[in-house]
Amino acid sequence: MSVQAAGRRAGASPAVVLMWLAAILAASLFVSVMVGSVSLTPREVLRGLFEGGSQDAAATIVRKIRLPRTLLAGIVGACLSLAGLGFQAISRNPLADPSVLGVSSGASFGLMVAVLLGIAGPTANPVLTTLFAFGGALLAAILVYAIARVDGRLPMTTLLLSGVIIGLFFTSCVMLATVVLAAAELQGVVFWLMGNLAPANAGTLLVLGVVLLVGVVVLTRQAPRLNLLALGEEQALQLGVEAERVKRFVFVAASLVTGAAISAAGSIGFVGLIVPHAARLLLGPDHRALVPTSVLLGAAFLILADLGARTVAAPTELPVGVITSFCGAPLFVYLLRRRRGAEAW
Amino acid sequence: MVTAVDVREVTFRYRSGKGLVGVSFSVAPGERVGVVGPNTAGKSTLLRLLSKVLAPHRGAVLIHGRDVSRVGRLALAREVAVVPQDFHVAFPFSVSDVVLMGRYPYATSGAWGAHDRAVAWEAMETVGIADLADRRVDEISGGERQLVSLARALAQEPSVLLLDEPTAHLDLRHQRDVVETVFARTGDRARTLVLVSHDLNLAAEHCDRLLLLADGTVQAFGTPKEVITPQQLEQVYGCPVGIDLDPVSHRPRVRSSLARSGAVQMEMDSPRM
Repeated sequence: MSVQAAGRRAGASPAVVLMWLAAILAASLFVSVMVGSVSLTPREVLRGLFEGGSQDAAATIVRKIRLPRTLLAGIVGACLSLAGLGFQAISRNPLADPSVLGVSSGASFGLMVAVLLGIAGPTANPVLTTLFAFGGALLAAILVYAIARVDGRLPMTTLLLSGVIIGLFFTSCVMLATVVLAAAELQGVVFWLMGNLAPANAGTLLVLGVVLLVGVVVLTRQAPRLNLLALGEEQALQLGVEAERVKRFVFVAASLVTGAAISAAGSIGFVGLIVPHAARLLLGPDHRALVPTSVLLGAAFLILADLGARTVAAPTELPVGVITSFCGAPLFVYLLRRRRGAEAW
Repeated sequence: MVTAVDVREVTFRYRSGKGLVGVSFSVAPGERVGVVGPNTAGKSTLLRLLSKVLAPHRGAVLIHGRDVSRVGRLALAREVAVVPQDFHVAFPFSVSDVVLMGRYPYATSGAWGAHDRAVAWEAMETVGIADLADRRVDEISGGERQLVSLARALAQEPSVLLLDEPTAHLDLRHQRDVVETVFARTGDRARTLVLVSHDLNLAAEHCDRLLLLADGTVQAFGTPKEVITPQQLEQVYGCPVGIDLDPVSHRPRVRSSLARSGAVQMEMDSPRM
């Protein structure tokens, strides 16, 4: 081995993996637009995307229904994965995920407040609803971390327990509020609790896209410092990292993308757990590679999960959260058992 | 001549009330100072103050004559490196990834240059873990991990190296590896060492001066012969000690002198044991 060998990792290079993931994402996007109650040929999809007029039935399906829904699934998947990655990095815990930490419930609670104030609904400004969900997510995240903190550390047990408690608390708040709501409003609330992907309008997609971009920029900038946080906060400080500042940036960014995802699609569990774990298996734990990998993989994952939700029991449509939970819960148990007793937690 | 480490009347208290009170001492460049004393004497707190993890409530810590409260963390990390008592890495980084993290103060984008890789490689060879470079840091033994931690600190190219119980959890061979690496007198730049240890004999044998702490205050500061005396140790540790001279190093050596030595003696004499 030569001097140059230090730091070289065996396996595929990040660029190659990212190119493959981009190809997989594009393919799943295309298939997702093709498949549905009316199957479309690839030719019809392409025509619908690039030329079809308003009289063309296939073009209407592609543009008005399937593409908006697929794009929503992709962006929401990317947002939740990025949030999971961020929470995992700052808590040094691969089990941290917006749904596990109760942050998703906090976002639902924020949306509920917006509904009660009469400023959320199908016609509401997506920026405003996103802000409320963000506020709820941030509140829940702050509470969870404040409760879990013991002597400046975040032990796994207290972190998971406080996540469960805060999640239950905010879910109960939402349920309490449903009593007060009229039936028409109730349906929207159930939608947020269950998690579902309905065709999104352009405004929602735009807001989501911008928020995702902000999250990607923040995490990409902090990625080298997130790597050092794996050594622990004290050692990160001793290596010159302003650990508190880094954690605060990532904390807020992860809460923001969680809030945006949940205001658009409701609570979809375990995506932030599954995707970063898979990304680490692909490319190792370097956050500079994990950020783009998680975004691409998360988008493809939720698009495919949504495809499954639409087709498995057709014509009945399952909530996509069912699919993600069926994948995520076993993985959670596996990770918990494998690392049980490890002091690092 | 500017001191490498200068601690001036430093007071720091945790919320529990424990901490350090009016601690002063200085370390010359290239000198090795051992910090000893009973549990909760404030030894680890002292290292946290020297590395700016904690800020003193009163007094000042100076590294090469500069007050650390006015030195940026990155600049400080280029002078001061710490080998902690416990070394756990949260995610499955490779050994060389972790050692390269010691280069962060020089390359904050994390894009390691050829020089960074060369320094990290040299650190791994010095410590004797070059063959572990591609192994996952969560899959090696605790002793090997401590060596990784040491290599990571050496990759920082520090002028002042702080060590917190570097041999506490190690078997005999790994203890030897760490001690040999840390105390080897090589290179043109003399590295200043501050070593916290419960092992009085290790500190007495390898350090130029010892700082004896108890209850957050300095009880004694001087050469091993001046500090390792029955009177001082018995007062600080609250138990009788026996001291003789090591025949090889001619440094004072502490022998366990059990309060009920007769009982142990009888057991050893008993043929059925």
